[in-house]
Amino acid sequence: MSAPTVVRPAPGHSRPYRFPAFERTSLPNGVELIVAPVHRLPLVTIRFVLDVGARQEARNDAGVAMLTAAALAEGTTRLDALALANEFERLGGALSSYATWDATHVRTTVLSTRLRDALSLLTEVVRTPALDEREVNRLKEERLAELLELKTEPRGLADERFTSSLYKSGSRFSAPESGSERSVQQLTVDACRSWHAQQFAPAVTALIVAGDVEIDQVLQLATENLGDWDAAAPAPVSVDDLPAREYRSVRVLDRPGAPQTELRVGHVGLPRLHPDYFDVVVMNAILGGVFNSRINMNLRERNAFTYGAFSSFEWRRDAGPFVVSTAVATPVTASALRETMTELERMRSSEPTADELSLSTSYLDGVFPIRFETTDAIAGALASLRTLRLPNNYYDTYRDRVRAVTAGAVARAAQTHLHFEHMQVLAVGDRSVISPLLADLDLGPLSVIGDDDE
Amino acid sequence: MFEHMLFQGSEHVAANEHFELIQRAGGTLNGSTWLDRTNYFETVPSQQLELALWLEADRMGRLLPAMTQEKLDTQRDVVKNERRWSVDNQPYGSWWERLPALCFPPTHPFHHSLMGSMEDLSAASLDDVAAFFRTYYTPDNAVLTISGDVDADEANRLVDRHFGWIPRGYGRPPLDSMDVPEKFGAPIREVVEDEVAVPRVFLACRTPVLGSKDYYAASIIATVLGTGRGCRLHQTLVRDRQLASAASAFTFDLSKGSDLLVVDATARPGVPLDALEAGVADVLDELQQGGLREGELDRVLAQIETDFVTSMQSAGDRAEQLSRFATYFGEPRLLNDQLQRYGEVTEADVRAMARARLGPDNRASLVYIPRIGGGS
Repeated sequence: MSAPTVVRPAPGHSRPYRFPAFERTSLPNGVELIVAPVHRLPLVTIRFVLDVGARQEARNDAGVAMLTAAALAEGTTRLDALALANEFERLGGALSSYATWDATHVRTTVLSTRLRDALSLLTEVVRTPALDEREVNRLKEERLAELLELKTEPRGLADERFTSSLYKSGSRFSAPESGSERSVQQLTVDACRSWHAQQFAPAVTALIVAGDVEIDQVLQLATENLGDWDAAAPAPVSVDDLPAREYRSVRVLDRPGAPQTELRVGHVGLPRLHPDYFDVVVMNAILGGVFNSRINMNLRERNAFTYGAFSSFEWRRDAGPFVVSTAVATPVTASALRETMTELERMRSSEPTADELSLSTSYLDGVFPIRFETTDAIAGALASLRTLRLPNNYYDTYRDRVRAVTAGAVARAAQTHLHFEHMQVLAVGDRSVISPLLADLDLGPLSVIGDDDE
Repeated sequence: MFEHMLFQGSEHVAANEHFELIQRAGGTLNGSTWLDRTNYFETVPSQQLELALWLEADRMGRLLPAMTQEKLDTQRDVVKNERRWSVDNQPYGSWWERLPALCFPPTHPFHHSLMGSMEDLSAASLDDVAAFFRTYYTPDNAVLTISGDVDADEANRLVDRHFGWIPRGYGRPPLDSMDVPEKFGAPIREVVEDEVAVPRVFLACRTPVLGSKDYYAASIIATVLGTGRGCRLHQTLVRDRQLASAASAFTFDLSKGSDLLVVDATARPGVPLDALEAGVADVLDELQQGGLREGELDRVLAQIETDFVTSMQSAGDRAEQLSRFATYFGEPRLLNDQLQRYGEVTEADVRAMARARLGPDNRASLVYIPRIGGGS
């Protein structure tokens, strides 16, 4: 029998890892093909990604991108909704279609023997959806139901209300990604049909295939399915991503008797292609990204205010939000907020220790391969590459870029990109208990917001 | 609570250092506690295998020297916040403790709350942690699974080196009988008023346990009813009759006593609870009395096949599946037979299972309704 070992084992030889090689090419009509052959298992993920996101919507039409994307799955001009669902299931695949701020995604994963049928079915969904009135109205009612249910779900409610509140009221970003009650109410099947007619075009479309496949095979299938597609590309738009306020403010959404307060602290962040991206990612990992981050250690492990606390930058083409999120026991709401502010200030006022820096960079460097174990994850990474306009060598250079971030760069990123003097706060909780406590903190004017404010 | 304490350090590891060392090594980690097993897991770059084994061995062999009252008090408050977060301040959040309580008798091990009540948590002591550790967290009561980019001989050598010295436990006490009748015998129903916007129904049927020959037919029924957009619940309740905004079904996959097949349906705003419940009953009645439709079994098997192969891509998921079969049945290789077992199920098997288990005498309903005058 061996004896207990006291000495921590050192790592062995690291084995090389590379993000799967992929090839990019285009059909004459402008549809881009991105293909990553990965032959570990007889699986293939097929994914259409179109530069058709909620960012393109008019503020009053907020939700039309998501509604249209969801309606794609509800039948084509050839197959009604049930027949389409049955076709996908016969292929063993599930069809998933949705829109984000930046793109519309339509995807499925099937055994590679079913590639041909699945690709032609997916093409049918993208090019010739039925956008049937009854189905669109049903999906619209489902979105409204979701918004109604959100009113009793403090976590999701805090997320949506906080992010929307950061942007100016005329900006598309001041309403949720899938639309608000008011904007969704007035959406119609005609709005979805014209959205599809105006936005879906070869020039804004990429077909991504990852898995047990060869490039020639995809090129041939894509030509058969998409070669004759002809539609004019929509005009590019720009979104107002400037902050609504350049002073601190606190908002309270009342939930009488709530045992916890959902707290959100933050402001408008920066666009994905900002040159400080890697410095900011490492800075955020130290602040609230990893388990042993400053915010989680303080709020959870030192003070037991919460089950968990973390911070994140949401990366979009435009400036997305920076948010610290936590749910804390009602009586300690103000203490938790004060500690959060202390950590934000500390991040700005001094460089991280060498230990903190190396923890975050080795984490981000080391988990990199784990992020791409599945064909779906690889296709997703390639969709981001295209949507966010990242360079082709982005994944190959990612780990070097992370490791190159210095303590000085982290401090500079905190000083530049944490807007301590403009910090916004939202607390969803029992107002009678938390408002007096929050008012004592020097965090700007406090207002109570209603359930239906937009 | 015990799961939390396992991250509070061991003789050679400081509190939360387990997290730090694994994340520093470029790994991901967590723990999960379920009705009949607890999982501790990490995925690390292959050159860090030995570190992960050493960390797991230190807390299996030498946990107690690191336990202090202060750590316990902190984690007690963290778990209370976990409870507020996942159960008390979450609409319908209590379903996963109420439903097993409804479906198993009070003396049954699956009856009581997995996380514990606030009172239970307040009462937990260091002695409880020590007793639980000595009784259950022992090598002879544990399964260690390694999957991924490793050499099996090398992995075995490392496991022997780090775990070989840890003494066996003194044997865990025998479990109370887990057996329950195959069916409830009569309809059961519990109504909960909660801070929710719309009614929601959780309806459970007792079905054959994971590992039994009949499990596969029950699992196919759950897929027919409630997986994917073409499933019957979605088709009937969401699309055609528009009674629900969401509807699905799944099995708990319990391996002892009885499994539960659960239907979960949320009312569309404005639809009364009784209409939703009647709709759910209609879908179950139709399958119970009519069996499968043409082509339905093939579609379901194609879905199950793709899901299975897809889930074999990640090292963590493979380890989880192997561990599941090893822990419950002592045989990880059962994983290799799963697709074949599904493939052997006939339409007649499904018909017989539906007839036997989906009837009104085997339905337990947990229904949530908005609190009158409450909410917002």
